[in-house]
Amino acid sequence: MSGKETKGGLKQLSPIDIYMLLPKTNCKECGEENCMAFATKVVNREVSIDKCAPLLTKQNEKNYNKLKEMLKPAVKELTVGVGDNAVKVGGKLVMYRHELTYTNPTAIAIDVTDEMSDDEILARVKYTQDFSYLYIGNDLKLQMIAVRSTSNNAENFKATIKKVAENTNLPIILCSFDAAIIESGLMAVPKARPLLYAATKDNWKEMAELALMYNCPLAVSAPNDISLLRSMVKTLNEYGVKDLVLDPGTFPTAGLGDTINNFTMIRRAACQMGDELLGYPTIGTPIVAWTEPANSPTVNAWNEAYTASMLVTRYADLLIMHGTEGWALLPLTVLRQNIYTDPRKPVAVEAGLRTFGTPDENTPVLMTSNFALTYYTVAQDIESSGNAAYLLVVNSEGTAIDSGVAGRKLTAETVADAIKDSKVEEKVKHRKLIIPGKAARISGEIEELSNWQVLVGPRDSSGIAKFLLDKWK
Amino acid sequence: MPERAEKNSDLALPREILDLLAGNDELELEDVDMIVEELQFLYQPGVMPALQRMVAARAKPTSLLDAPFALPVQKYPSQIVEVTLGATKSQGGSRGRTIKIGGEKSPAFYTFENPTLNSPVVSLDVFDSKVPIPKAVKTNFNDAIEDPVSWAKYAVDKFGAQMITLHLVSIDPLNPKPSTPAEAAKTVEDVLQAVDVPLVVGGCGDPQKDLAVFEKVTAAAEGERLLISTVTLDMDIEKSAKLIKQYGHVVLAFSPMDLNQARELNRRLLEFLPKEQIIMDTTTAALGYGLDYAFTIMERARLAGLMGDPELQQPMSSGTTNAWAAREAWQTMDPQWGDKNLRGPLWETVTGLTLLLAGVDLFMMLHPAAVRTLRNTVKRLSEKQGTADVEKIANWVSAKI
Repeated sequence: MSGKETKGGLKQLSPIDIYMLLPKTNCKECGEENCMAFATKVVNREVSIDKCAPLLTKQNEKNYNKLKEMLKPAVKELTVGVGDNAVKVGGKLVMYRHELTYTNPTAIAIDVTDEMSDDEILARVKYTQDFSYLYIGNDLKLQMIAVRSTSNNAENFKATIKKVAENTNLPIILCSFDAAIIESGLMAVPKARPLLYAATKDNWKEMAELALMYNCPLAVSAPNDISLLRSMVKTLNEYGVKDLVLDPGTFPTAGLGDTINNFTMIRRAACQMGDELLGYPTIGTPIVAWTEPANSPTVNAWNEAYTASMLVTRYADLLIMHGTEGWALLPLTVLRQNIYTDPRKPVAVEAGLRTFGTPDENTPVLMTSNFALTYYTVAQDIESSGNAAYLLVVNSEGTAIDSGVAGRKLTAETVADAIKDSKVEEKVKHRKLIIPGKAARISGEIEELSNWQVLVGPRDSSGIAKFLLDKWK
Repeated sequence: MPERAEKNSDLALPREILDLLAGNDELELEDVDMIVEELQFLYQPGVMPALQRMVAARAKPTSLLDAPFALPVQKYPSQIVEVTLGATKSQGGSRGRTIKIGGEKSPAFYTFENPTLNSPVVSLDVFDSKVPIPKAVKTNFNDAIEDPVSWAKYAVDKFGAQMITLHLVSIDPLNPKPSTPAEAAKTVEDVLQAVDVPLVVGGCGDPQKDLAVFEKVTAAAEGERLLISTVTLDMDIEKSAKLIKQYGHVVLAFSPMDLNQARELNRRLLEFLPKEQIIMDTTTAALGYGLDYAFTIMERARLAGLMGDPELQQPMSSGTTNAWAAREAWQTMDPQWGDKNLRGPLWETVTGLTLLLAGVDLFMMLHPAAVRTLRNTVKRLSEKQGTADVEKIANWVSAKI
């Protein structure tokens, strides 16, 4: 489907637009067959124009700059922090993820305050830094520490910033509406390029001075008032502050509708209506859920987590959170991974026989569907089990096991055919097929049609290692 | 001098310059180093000082510059179809109330464009025989899940279910003793007797058996405006659609994460059924296990429908319960990932909320906490704009929590 239905007044780039400004030498230095092929990849953001060596020469400077301008993302990309842990935020090219992959996954910051004990601060910093979950080949992480001034004491704030910076290289967000306190914090990390949170209609001038002096990105806060937000952006731009982050306010419970509306309007204005004043990354603060009275911290953490999840879907580039519960942060970071994957990635993998480790004629044969997520999960579990194995990937038309069986996409016939087509019978001496527990219902039919003995494996592939240990002789 | 004003507007001047010409500037004169010739600008008496002030402002404004925001609204040529589920006595059924879904004129909850006409609805799952159900869910229903009638009653009485989805999984021919179409229809009648909310009736996924069961069910529940879940491309579509029409029900058209198949199925159903009797389900995959595909298919379907595609204008339904297929939803994991009794329902919640923002109108869900959060969120997102309390969050930065 073309992006037509979602494009507003903005012109969509075509490969020709790019090609016209390329050197047209077909030199292949970029690794592509010709300039047109390169232009196509550029339009799809699969390659940077910087890969075109002739374009970088002095004589092509004008065209290079034109291309840079044409390819400029609707949402500015900027960097928080320095060095290896610096985090890029924004850089969004499109509003809807089917148009083109989203860039720069929402950065998640966990807060500490300048009134927490040293132990608590260090524990929270360590938690944030060490957070890691391996999800189909991706390491899900947290990105930043937000330091809040709750004491309203400049010296406390500075000391806390210093402590945090001594214990982590993660980028920091300095949070106070008092510019004097922010300045004090900056003294502790003058070259670390933290995000300053936040300029308001009252303090913007002082904050702007700090952002310029310390070369820091600056968040702009205008709760539920996008006109004010634009006004401040325009003013700060004129003032010389170019790296801005927009905060239209995150409202817990009652104001959730306004919150989602504001984030949506900002992103639409930037991506579809060419509004440059709103073409900056956005910051959400689901942490506000903790300011609501609740019977237990669990309720606050729950509310914070689901609010954050909606903001990941609806256009937040940064989030500040308080809860450090695995049950809350795991679904959130997995969602972020989902939303930011390349939508062009096919839903199905190729059917056929896969090999793990060094198999021999006694190696177990397992079966799964060709739904990409199922396949990658099973493959990861077999790999981490350390067993040699054959994995028969059956064409279930890209459906998962249970829905494939229920919808008759994964049947005894497709399995029997897959066994034959894969020639696995020439590779192993035995005739034993391990099928997923969720396909148990078709085990009898498979045995009839294939003449293989079927062993019903675990319902979840995390049980494969144990299953092989117990049942494979 | 009207002519002159007109001439100025022809120049397509930047907004701030026009503001200055209009004299509503409050900027102070500071150091100016502007080369006037660079501006493609007709010199007029009185313009220069204003221009100079503007340039000075660009160097360092001393007060906030005006930049009003116009709502970024867009027009859509089409509207999503409105579908009514359930029928009251006067309408030929026996339900206590009916539920309307669909009717959107904008993408999900773009209330800055159009108010929410019909809030999305949650239907609670009930199974007619034993299926593997996560412990985190079971504990909420005690013994009620032993039979579908008590389960349905419990879901309505205890959790205020707006709708019930009765899954007739017992009919599956792969079961050792599958129940017959007549037995299944009896179960439907029993549940209709026990609760008065609109009902969804689901089959087992076998195209032949499902149709045989739907034949009995649609007749037995004539006039109740059930949602029959599901009809797929590999079923006898004409026969299915005619049953739905003859006995006054609504069909759920299921396609496996493929917009073209969704279109084709709707197109074929529309040959036999009015559009007000079709809802579509483009497949829900669990958070972490394909939710990205499910989300994008639904978002694209909704946008395409609004932009005029007549084959994608049906309201959407999601089998959000599929969230529990994710191992992270039900497994006991390393302690750092917390209590699965919270992780599981949050998994379902996040799956549902993500699809809510893609445009889903009807959710089939399992865990009461997930259901409650989804319903509360729907309520808040449907509210008029301007309910945000700015004071409430003004001090979050220094809040002691």
